[in-house]
Formats: sequence, structure tokens, C-alpha cells
Amino acid sequence: MSNSQDVLIADLAELAREHRSLADTTTHRLVVCAGSGCIASGALAVHDALVAACRAAGLDVVVSLRREDEHAHRDGAVHVSGSGCQGFCQMGPLVAVEPDGTLYVKVTPGDAGEIVASLRDGTAVERLLYREPRHGQICRRRAEIPFYELQTRRVLAECGRIDPEDVREYIAHGGYAAAWSVWHETGPDEVCARIEAAGLRGRGGGGFPTGRKWRLTLDQPGDHKCVICNGDEGDPGAFMDRSVMEGNPHSVVEGMLIAAHAVGADRGVVYVRAEYPLAVRRMRRAARDAHELGLLGDDVMGTGRPFRLEVMEGAGAFVCGEETALMASIEGHRGMPRPKPPFPSERGLHGLPTVINNVETLAAVPLIVRDGVEEFRRLGTAGSPGTKTFALTGHVANTGLIEVPFGTTLREIVETIGGGVIDDDGRPDADGFKAVQIGGPSGGCLTAEHLDLPLDFDSLGEVGAMVGSGGLVVMNRTTCMVQVARFFMQFTQNESCGKCVLCREGTRQMLGLLDRVIAGEADAATLPLLQRTARAVATASLCGLGKTAPSPVLSTLHHFGDEYAAHVDERRCPAGRCKALAVPEIVAELCRGCTICARKCPVGAITGDKKQPHVIDPDACTRCGVCAEVCKFEAVVGL
Amino acid sequence: MTTTTVSRDGLRETVRGILDDHGRDPGRLIPILQAVQEEYHYLPAPALTTVAAALGVPEARVYGVATFYAHFSLEPKGRHVIRVCDGTACHVRGSRDLLDALRAELSLGEAEQTTPDAMFTLETVSCIGACGLAPAMVVDDQIHGLLTPEAAVAILRDVRDGDEPGEEVPA
Amino acid sequence: MSETPTMMVDGRAIPIAGQRNVLELCREAGIEIPSFCYHSDLSVFGACRLCLVEVEGHGVTTSCTLVPEPGLRIHTSTAEIRDMRKVGVELLLASHDMSCPTCPKGSHCKLQNLARRLGVREVPFPSATPHLPVDRSSDAIEINPNRCVLCGDCVRACQEISGTGVLDFAHRGNRATVSAAFGRSLAETECVGCGQCARVCPTGAIMPRSEVENVWRDLDDPRKTVVVQIAPAVRVAIGEAFGLAAGTVSTGQLTAALRRLGFDQVYDTAFAADLTVVEETEEFTRRLAHDERLPLLTSCCPAWVQCVERFHPGLIDNLSSCRSPQQMFGSLARRLLPERLESSPEDLVVVSIMPCTAKKTEARRPEFAGPEGPDVDHVLTTRELARMIDERGLVFDELAPEPMDLPMGFKTGAGLVFGATGGVTEAVLRHAGAVRSAGGELQGAGDPEPVRTLSVALGDRVLKLAVVHGLARARELMEEIEAGNPDGYDLVEVMACPGGCVGGAGQPPTTHPGACRARARGLAEADRSRQLHTSGANHLVRECYDELLETPGSEAAHDLLHTRYHRRPRPSDELAVVDGPAGA
Ligand SMILES: Cc1cc2nc3c(=O)[nH]c(=O)nc-3n(C[C@H](O)[C@H](O)[C@H](O)COP(=O)(O)O)c2cc1C
Ligand code: SF4
Ligand code: SF4
Ligand code: SF4
Ligand code: SF4
Ligand code: SF4
Ligand code: SF4
Ligand code: SF4
Ligand code: SF4
Ligand code: FES
Ligand code: FES
Ligand code: FES
Repeated sequence: MSNSQDVLIADLAELAREHRSLADTTTHRLVVCAGSGCIASGALAVHDALVAACRAAGLDVVVSLRREDEHAHRDGAVHVSGSGCQGFCQMGPLVAVEPDGTLYVKVTPGDAGEIVASLRDGTAVERLLYREPRHGQICRRRAEIPFYELQTRRVLAECGRIDPEDVREYIAHGGYAAAWSVWHETGPDEVCARIEAAGLRGRGGGGFPTGRKWRLTLDQPGDHKCVICNGDEGDPGAFMDRSVMEGNPHSVVEGMLIAAHAVGADRGVVYVRAEYPLAVRRMRRAARDAHELGLLGDDVMGTGRPFRLEVMEGAGAFVCGEETALMASIEGHRGMPRPKPPFPSERGLHGLPTVINNVETLAAVPLIVRDGVEEFRRLGTAGSPGTKTFALTGHVANTGLIEVPFGTTLREIVETIGGGVIDDDGRPDADGFKAVQIGGPSGGCLTAEHLDLPLDFDSLGEVGAMVGSGGLVVMNRTTCMVQVARFFMQFTQNESCGKCVLCREGTRQMLGLLDRVIAGEADAATLPLLQRTARAVATASLCGLGKTAPSPVLSTLHHFGDEYAAHVDERRCPAGRCKALAVPEIVAELCRGCTICARKCPVGAITGDKKQPHVIDPDACTRCGVCAEVCKFEAVVGL
Repeated sequence: MTTTTVSRDGLRETVRGILDDHGRDPGRLIPILQAVQEEYHYLPAPALTTVAAALGVPEARVYGVATFYAHFSLEPKGRHVIRVCDGTACHVRGSRDLLDALRAELSLGEAEQTTPDAMFTLETVSCIGACGLAPAMVVDDQIHGLLTPEAAVAILRDVRDGDEPGEEVPA
Repeated sequence: MSETPTMMVDGRAIPIAGQRNVLELCREAGIEIPSFCYHSDLSVFGACRLCLVEVEGHGVTTSCTLVPEPGLRIHTSTAEIRDMRKVGVELLLASHDMSCPTCPKGSHCKLQNLARRLGVREVPFPSATPHLPVDRSSDAIEINPNRCVLCGDCVRACQEISGTGVLDFAHRGNRATVSAAFGRSLAETECVGCGQCARVCPTGAIMPRSEVENVWRDLDDPRKTVVVQIAPAVRVAIGEAFGLAAGTVSTGQLTAALRRLGFDQVYDTAFAADLTVVEETEEFTRRLAHDERLPLLTSCCPAWVQCVERFHPGLIDNLSSCRSPQQMFGSLARRLLPERLESSPEDLVVVSIMPCTAKKTEARRPEFAGPEGPDVDHVLTTRELARMIDERGLVFDELAPEPMDLPMGFKTGAGLVFGATGGVTEAVLRHAGAVRSAGGELQGAGDPEPVRTLSVALGDRVLKLAVVHGLARARELMEEIEAGNPDGYDLVEVMACPGGCVGGAGQPPTTHPGACRARARGLAEADRSRQLHTSGANHLVRECYDELLETPGSEAAHDLLHTRYHRRPRPSDELAVVDGPAGA
């Protein structure tokens, strides 16, 4: 086959076969995770060290299975490749050994020799295997690690297995077959019907039925329509979409191709947030490779119909995740949302009917077409079929990117996958669970009473929370919920586009009110005003950013009202986090009764007899901190 | 702030080249500004004026776009840009402590971002997508994760020591 | 016949008759829903969130973005909605420079009125008022950003009506402002002074510049002889400031009021307009005869003149060299009046009352200044005059009408129709004796289209004319003309303001949507009630020629009544980027 640009999809099977035969002749494959996380931890150096070690050990190395390396390939070689994020970045750099599935964690370049040596006898380098911290159990294969045990990886299945920069590898794993069949064999109406039947709901936060969205766009008249992939992923603390774009960019391209056929679009844009340079690069490369193979372009897969795809990098504005703002941004304007209707399906990019879907939504589409509606619905709940990725972070032992069927409970996620709650020093703290913030700055918090709640669109909606983007931040008992609310409010007020009054001014004032609570300056009017403002902002703001900005406040007020009240009425922070409210205490067991503190306290707040434990009068104390400074026995705590 | 030493003619040529690469399409304003910023590490005012004139859009619109997006800077930045993640995951794992430590190391005031010698710019960013490595920061496009304040300061010192003396500060 | 569809507003069935949105529908039904960012002349923005209504089954939404649909049931004033509006206003006030007693917007301010209507008694939030500098660099308008509610009306007016795009939003979130590029002062921008931004601004953030104090000073100075000219559009609008209906012609009261204020002579800009017609017709027929520099572009609107100078320098030579009526009056007054009024030239003060902010800038043009200073010393807007009348304590509508002074108070109906779009063309056609087909009525008709074209016969020639109001639309037409004038226009009249000067930025603020139309009808009525309708019939104008100007187009006339225009530097000139957008 030539390297020309007109390789058509009819050759897909040929490409796949060729690629597999090459793969079959290698003895081992070393997959070095090349996601942003592992790269940050030094994965590229590990990759190079592995290649060097193989060569030093006299092994043939195939650094890539791409065409240009073909001549360098001989039977019995070792294939060293990169992959996308495998979700367990905390343990990175990760190196997987195929075909036996051994997974090494925290690998350094210095470990390369040992890893390569072990290939010959099929043993594992034990010190590089994952050790479960609570039980000390050693896990050799990925599937044995509790973090992965409860997960079902579908959208993320190929991230971590294939080389994201090699379109042929994606094809070899069955890629683009779904798009091919749809473009050649299935009418748009039928495609929409299939997605409707699968019950796929948008993963970008709203959970809107994707099939219905497509049909609305299909029903619009017009020769030119657009498909946009929303890769803006602005929720701080979430990185699902990034991993998909970095780890399996072609699945997104293929999902867009299918969407394009379903609605009759000829133009596509992937809008990627600027903080994700690697995702931008990989998506660009994927689009370019797919154009070169004739999968995209003016004559998609030989059908004579066009679909051109471009990748645009955002410029740093969370609000551009909102669909109308995103389109304004693509058109070269300030990313200010506009009122809907008209919806993008009626008037979208440049006024054309437009489908806009989240990365993960689009990546799920080829799976539905390939494996069928039944298979897709096999996991998840009736109302929320399929799986969902979450970014699990915060005070849990295992943080990372996970994919679980909808309906998995919070407990399973926190305890099994997350390995349980940890304290501030990273030690397991079995009773430490306080809350989980779900859905980031637009979401709310779930508490211990929700631990057995199945996570899906409807159950979460019923308790006033939302799936949102998929950020799950676990918080332990030392977290002050007022500060949590303040953190998110700070974020939204920073990211408000400033267009509408309630959001622009309301977030600023709510932030100010929260600051007063934290500073111990609140009075009886503060919390009612906070609540009143929050309600107005939530109801009357123009776009979802403003409408959801008060959620963290309202939800913490609801679940942790007493914590707020303690701040206001008793000037006390139950978690002991708010510095201005901290009251020093003298630990009787440590106090030797030296009286220094009592003498130095500028307001005479400390009393006690010589050689007897001293006490601080909290009402008199001004929190100056002198006592803690002068005490030689570290008996003063809480400042 | 350091004064710019960009020559007018050079700038015009460069910006025109960028404009031509993008077909002088007003709809590509953001990629154009990104390319200009890539070139100069900030958006010099004359470049924005040139862009507006060539695209036939009001300068006020270009300015409005340039000031809307956090990534655009109308002020020259330091030679090294440190962006400490203050996203949720990093925040709960102590990103504020990193920030305080770096600010102290650089002797930057609360409102200052760039050191007087234009060597470093210190910013916060909400999530760089390395949440699994929280707390994290980006130094000149290189991500560093699982940081402690001490580790962050050490990285900063490495960067400072790694700079060859006498290298010219880019305008 | 099918019944008119209706929707339910607060339990009442209201007919749907093609209204743009539910907000308009409610207004027509007598329910005034609070709004800031909706303006009937502009696109819908949906930012202020005050026009909330509750739609049964759909919750709370904004009425300016809601399209009326049969069967819709809405509530405009539930307890929840009232409280949310109140929160909105309280939030605005918290970041607002609340200086109402000294704010020029005063009782016309929508924010102040809303706070009162909604019963806001205190602002529960701590103040977040910015302290940004006030921009007084422009002669036409001033911007006080500390009073801005970011409704964006000015931004859309500047883009959609004036087409210049000088103002836009900058920054974001609560740092967002409305500003010129790089936060420049207006004087450093391409602002043409049309004042449309000020006209639509609901608060005191953008206001026409005031020259009232300077005028009082000259009136109070016994050495000065202060004469005043009144532009046509003023007389049909000033009554609104005193509770009279829009379009009421109050020339007589206005004259009386000006005399009480201390003006020595009260004249009419329409006299100069008659002169303009004579000169411009001469210029037009001369150009036609030589097929030279057509289409002729009118030049009586200074915002338009600046627009050509800045954005269409290639068409500068198409602009009529005639000065605007204001400036023709100014130069004639300087030449004729010192002697007639026995005043020394330095002590003669010429004031104009204009519907316009751009005239303030025009009066400062160096071309229009003689050795004693500017031909026109002070330009007051209609609003400023109304304020002076108020300040002097005059009861406007009770004043006995008085006639203007001669000779420059004498005019024909043709000079009066200048005040509305189409008026200049109408007057020129009358004077030239062109033959129009039926329906060729240009003035006083209904809501005029932004661009009207017509063909008329003049002698053996058929002429193509275009009448445009609103600069944005005019600029589109200029682009066509620059590209070769495919429609072959011979004369193009442009007025910057919607509806012409009746809709000028210096007119009393109005919430009455038909106000401009009513004012234009007032002018048509004033035209009808004059005895003379063609400028050439103005014998006092003819006297002027006999005494001073010789013949239309003579050298003497050119000296006093014509001018030259200049290309205006643009910020981008320094960079000498001459190649424009792709394909242009
Ligand atoms: C403030 C705001 C931010 C958003 N950010 C994102 C985002 O980063 N990614 C995303 O896919 N959707 C985001 N959305 C939702 C999008 O507007 C849109 O609903 C979504 O992309 C539709 O795709 P889906 O149907 O596949 O979920 C955001 C919405 C709002 C209001
Ligand atoms: S709600 Fe906030 S982000 Fe959305 S349009 Fe209004 S100001 Fe902008
Ligand atoms: S200084 Fe320390 S040890 Fe001494 S009395 Fe105070 S608390 Fe006790
Ligand atoms: S903190 Fe200061 S005021 Fe409080 S007890 Fe200690 S020394 Fe006294
Ligand atoms: S703009 Fe309105 S509310 Fe503000 S000071 Fe002026 S009159 Fe008062
Ligand atoms: S409205 Fe009230 S505050 Fe204002 S001047 Fe009158 S009395 Fe004073
Ligand atoms: S006066 Fe006219 S041109 Fe100037 S800023 Fe206002 S609307 Fe724009
Ligand atoms: S200046 Fe006036 S019109 Fe413009 S945004 Fe501010 S309040 Fe609105
Ligand atoms: S149309 Fe009239 S009021 Fe408006 S700017 Fe022109 S001259 Fe002034
Ligand atoms: S980047 Fe390697 S596991 Fe996430
Ligand atoms: S929150 Fe810091 S990288 Fe995501
Ligand atoms: S008038 Fe409707 S939102 Fe402002």
C-alpha cells in the first residue's frame, strides 16, 4: 500500500491486519504511560531508558509500529510504546508489560535494566509492583489492584493500551469501523434512533439525551451544519476529557464522524482548553492523520460527502465550556453566553444548526455503534445507561481517573477504589469521611448519609446534587465546609463573564459574605442575606455558570447549617480551620505551670497557679499568638 | 514593567505573517492572538492595532477579546512563568502553601506577579488536569506534581541556576 | 376569519400582534416590566435580568428574550420575581456611585426610578463601588464608568447604529467595563460624537457634555451680546421635557423662554438651512452638469462628516463642500451681526440650541473659527436648554408665544424639514424643481426605512437618490459606492441618528417608542403651516445674496458658506497597515 493521501476506508481491514501481524511478531510490549501526569513524573526518561536497556541487553527494539519503522523490525523484538493516561497518575510513571499484564508503578529510569532483565524469565520486579497500603498485599496485574478492581473501562479501555499517536493502532483495535458502517450503510435517521435507544446522556454536565439533541439538529433545514466537541473541561479537579483526548483521540474523532453523518454536518470543531497542550497536540495529530487517510475531508471514506475537522485551542476562560460562549469564542468573540432559545441545534456556530457534545459523550458513540445498544445498556441504570468517568481526588488514598457503571455507590468509590479516607498527613483515617463535592463549582456536596446512594443522573438530582462533569473531591473531617463553599465561590466569581448582573455582582457579594463568616465578622443578617442572594442568582442568572454558582453554598448551608451557625453565633470553626476564629487552648497534660504565658499575655487572658495547668479565657483572648510563642513546652494549641 | 524593545517594522512583518497564515479571517481572531502571544510572550499594543486594522474589526473588539481570556497578557511576562495550580484537588492538598513559599522565595507582594528583574512570573491556574498529582504546578510548560513547598522552591532554584547569565531578556 | 391569538398575562388575555418579545407585548398591554438592557432600537442582550417573568410550567425567565406564543401563561409580578428584581437592583447599587442629587441624569435615570419603584430602601451589601476616572476628553459626551450598570446598550448602539464600534466590553467578571480600546480616552478614538451611546444609556454613565455654565456666564456678562439659533428638531421635542406630547411644535414658547433667559436675539437655524439648500442645489447641479464626483454626499450632519473623514477618506471629495446650517449661521452671524446689533465683534456671543452632541464637536473645528474665536461659541442640547429653563423657574407651557427676530429668524418650510431624515433631499428637490412620481414623499411619513431610494426627473435626466439614517447602514452603502457605485446614485443624504435630528442624542430622553415619528410629524406640520415651502422663496436669504454673497457658488459664498474636509488619522495609520481584510 502506498503512503499516499487517498488511502480509503476500504483498506481499513487491510491496515488493521497488517498492523496486527506486526504486533504478533514481537515478544513483549512495554507500555509506558505517556499521559500528562506520568510525563510530569518523568515517563519520557523512563521510556528512553527502557529502549536503551533493551538494546544493551541485545534485544531488538521496535519503538513504534508505524510504517516508517517497518524495515527495522525483526521477529522476536520488544516493542516499547507510549499510551494515554491509565488513571493512576499518583503512582506514575506506570509501565505495563504485555502480554502478561504486569504493571509497574513509580518507575524510574534506573529501574529499566531490571525490568528488561525480567522479560527473559517471565518474573516480575517485585519492588516495583503496587503494594496495597492498608493490607500490604502485592498486586502484579492491573486488574488485581483494588483501584482498578471495581472499574469497568469502556470509554477509557484503549487509553493505556494503544499508542494515541498511531492511527493504525486505533484501526487495528477496531477503530473507524463503526464510522465506516454508519457512513456507508446507515441513514441519519437510523443513527439518531440508535443513539436514542441506547439512552446515551450527555456527559458534559446536563445529562441531556444525545440522540434527541442529534435529531433536533437533523430536523433543521440547511446544507451546512456543524458538530462541536466540547473539550473545554474547566471544572478544577477534573481531567476525564483530557485523558480521553490524550489517550484515545481517534475515538473522539470517530464519534464526531458518526454525529456528523447523523445530523448532516460538514464541519467539525474540537475546542480544547488551553491548559491541556498535550491534548491539543494529540487531537491535532489525530485530525491530521484522519484527514490524510481520507477518513475526514471533502470525500469522507469514499462517500463523496464532506466533513472537515479542525482543532481550536481555548484561551483561558471557564465560561467557554458553556455552549453558546464556546461558539462565540470559536467565532472570535468574547466568550459571553447568550440567552437560549435559540438553541445551538437551531442557530449555532455562525448561525448554522449545530450539535455540541462533550468529549466523553462522543467517545462513547463508536462503542454504541460497534457493540450495539444492548451491550451499552448492560451496564448502568435504566435512566442512566453505560459507564461514567470520574476524577477522584482529595482526601482518599488512591486518587485518579476512574470509570464505573452508573449506579455504583459512593461508598464503593471512596472505600474500595479510593482506598479509604486519609488524614492530612496521608495516613488512613477510617472514620474521617466528611463529605464529597461532586460536580465541582456547579455541584453540591454529598455527606455520609449519601454513601449508599447510587450515582446516576436521577438519584443525584433527587438529593439536589448533580453528576456534573465528574469531579469527585473527597473531604475529611478537618475540612471546613464554609471554606469549601468559599473556594468554589472564589472560582466562579473569578470566572464569571460579567455579562449579567446577578452573576457578576452576586458572586462577588456572596464571596464577601462568606469571607465575613470566615473572618468572624458575620452577624444575624449575614446568613439570611447569603441565602436570599444565592437563590436569586441561581434562578435568574443568564447561563449555567451563574445558575449553578450558588450550588456549593446552598448545599453546604443545607447539609452543614450548624457549621455555619457555629461560625456566626459562637465565633467558632468546628473544623478548626478558620484562623480568625481559632481560640488557643492549653493542653493540661503538657502545661508545667511555668506562668510565662500568663505574664506575657497582653490582655491577661491566661490564669493559673504556679506549677498548675493554666487556662485561657476564650472571650478575653485576642488570638495574638504570644502564648504559643513563649511556651517552651508546646502546651498551647489551636492557633 | 520592562519596556518593550520590539521594533515597529519587525513587529509589523511578523504580525502580517501571522495574519496571512490565518487568511486574515476575523473569525480566527483568537488563534491569531495566540500566535502573536506565542511570538512575543505577550500581546504588544501595536500588534493588536495591526490585527484590528488588517481584519477590519474595531480595535475595541480586539482589546475586549484580549482582556477577556486569562491566557492573554497585555503586559510582558517574566522569562519563566510559574503557574501554581489552585484547582480543587490541588487546593485541598495544600496548593496555598506552595504559593506562599514561592512568593516568599521570589519576594513578591500579594498583588505582584512578576519579579522586578523580569525573571519570573508567578500565577495561579485552576486545574492543569494533573489532579492525580496534586498539588501541582507548571514551570515553563513543564508539569511538576506531588509537590511540597520545599520541593517547589527547589525546582524554582534549579530553574534560576540553570539560566545562563547574560542572556537577553526577550521583549 | 381566524381569531387573533392571545397569551395570558397576569390572568388577562393579551392579543399577540407580531411583538418582538413578551416585554413589548406587556408594555402594549399597559404593564411596564423593569428593564435595563433592552432597547427597541437594538439587538436583544438579556443581561440585566430585571425583566423576569414566570412562565407557567417553565419557571422564571427573561421577557425580553421570550417570544410571544399563543397559549403562553405568564405572571409578571410574583413575590419571588419582585424579590429577585430587588436583589438585582440592590446588587447594582452596591457597586454604583450613588450620587443622584448631583448626577446629570437625575430623574430620568432608570436605575434611580427602578430602585424607587421596587421599594429598595437600603443596600444590604457592602459597597463595591469602583473609583474609575471620568472621561471628559470628548467635546460631545462624557463617560463616568462609576455609574455604569454594564447593560451594554451603548456598546450595541455604537456598533449597530453608529457602526463605529468605538466602545466595547473589556475585561471580565466584576472587573468588566465598557471602554474604548486600551482604555483610551474618547478623544483618542474614532468616536464621531454622534452620541447614540448617550441616547440609549439608561443611567448617568454616558451623558452629553454640558456647556450650560458657560452660557450662563456670558448671559450674565452685561458687555456681551448673546444671540441664539434654534435647530429645527428642537422645537418639536423640547415640550416633552415639560410634559407636552412628543411632536408638539413649541417655537413660540421656546422663543419667549430664550428671551427670558436673557438672549438678546433669537434666530432660526432653519434660515441657514434655506441658505444651505440654495448652495447645495447649486453645487449638485454643477456636479451633475460635469458628471463630477457623484454621488454628492450631504454634509449637514457633523457625525456623518467625521465618519467619512475617518473611515471613508476616499469619498471626502464627494462630500458637499457646504457647511452645515449651524456653521453657515455662525459665519454669517459673525459677518453681519456686530454691525447690526452694535456690538463689538469680541463681545458677540453665538449660541446654538441643537438636538445633537456632534454639533458641539463641530463648533470646535478649527475651520470654523475666525480671529475672535469660534464662529459658534456654545452649543447647547435641547436637554440642556430645558434644564436652564427649569433652573430659571419658567413655566414653559404657560409662556405666551413670541416671534423670532429678523432677518435670521425667517425661514421657509423647506428649512424646517431638515430636522428629520429625508428633509435635506426634500428641500433640495423642491428647490431644484425636480419631478417626483407619486409616493415620492420623503418627510413626515411613517417609520422610515434605514435606506430609502428614489428616482426623480430633473430636466431630461433621471436621478437616483438614496436617503439613509444611522451611520452603520450608511457605512455599508459607502462600501458599495467605494466599490464602484453599482446602483449609480447621484445624491446620498446621510443622517447619523435614527430618524434624523429628531432622534438626536441631545433630545429629551423618551421612553415613548413613537416619539421620533411624532417629532417628524411635528416638523411636517410646521412645514405645512409656513407660507413658503421652497428655500429659494426666502426673500431674506435672497437679500443676503444681494448684500454679501453675490450668487450661489460665488467666491464670496464659498468664503463664508463652504469648507474643506480632512482625512483623520486613525490609530492604525502609524503602523501604515494599508492592506485590509481578505477579499476587500
Ligand atoms: C459554565 C459552564 C461550563 C461548562 N463546561 C463544560 C465543559 O467544560 N465541558 C463540557 O463538555 N460541557 C460543559 N458545559 C456544558 C455545555 O454547555 C454543554 O451542555 C455540553 O457540552 C453538551 O454536551 P453533552 O450533551 O454531551 O453533555 C458547561 C456548561 C456551563 C454552563
Ligand atoms: S451567568 Fe455569569 S457567566 Fe453566565 S452570562 Fe451571566 S455573568 Fe456571564
Ligand atoms: S507557658 Fe506553657 S507551660 Fe508555661 S504555663 Fe503557659 S502553657 Fe503552661
Ligand atoms: S493568644 Fe494572645 S491574647 Fe490569647 S491567650 Fe494567648 S497571649 Fe493571650
Ligand atoms: S446614574 Fe442614576 S442612580 Fe446613578 S447617580 Fe445618576 S441618577 Fe443616581
Ligand atoms: S432623595 Fe432623599 S437622599 Fe436624595 S436628596 Fe432627596 S431626601 Fe436627600
Ligand atoms: S458618540 Fe457615537 S461613535 Fe462615539 S462612542 Fe458614542 S455611539 Fe460610538
Ligand atoms: S455606559 Fe450606560 S449604556 Fe453603556 S453599559 Fe453602562 S449603563 Fe449601559
Ligand atoms: S443626525 Fe442630526 S442630531 Fe444626529 S448627529 Fe447628525 S446632525 Fe446631529
Ligand atoms: S498520566 Fe499516567 S496514569 Fe495518568
Ligand atoms: S486541581 Fe490541580 S491539577 Fe487539577
Ligand atoms: S431587559 Fe431583559 S434581561 Fe435586560
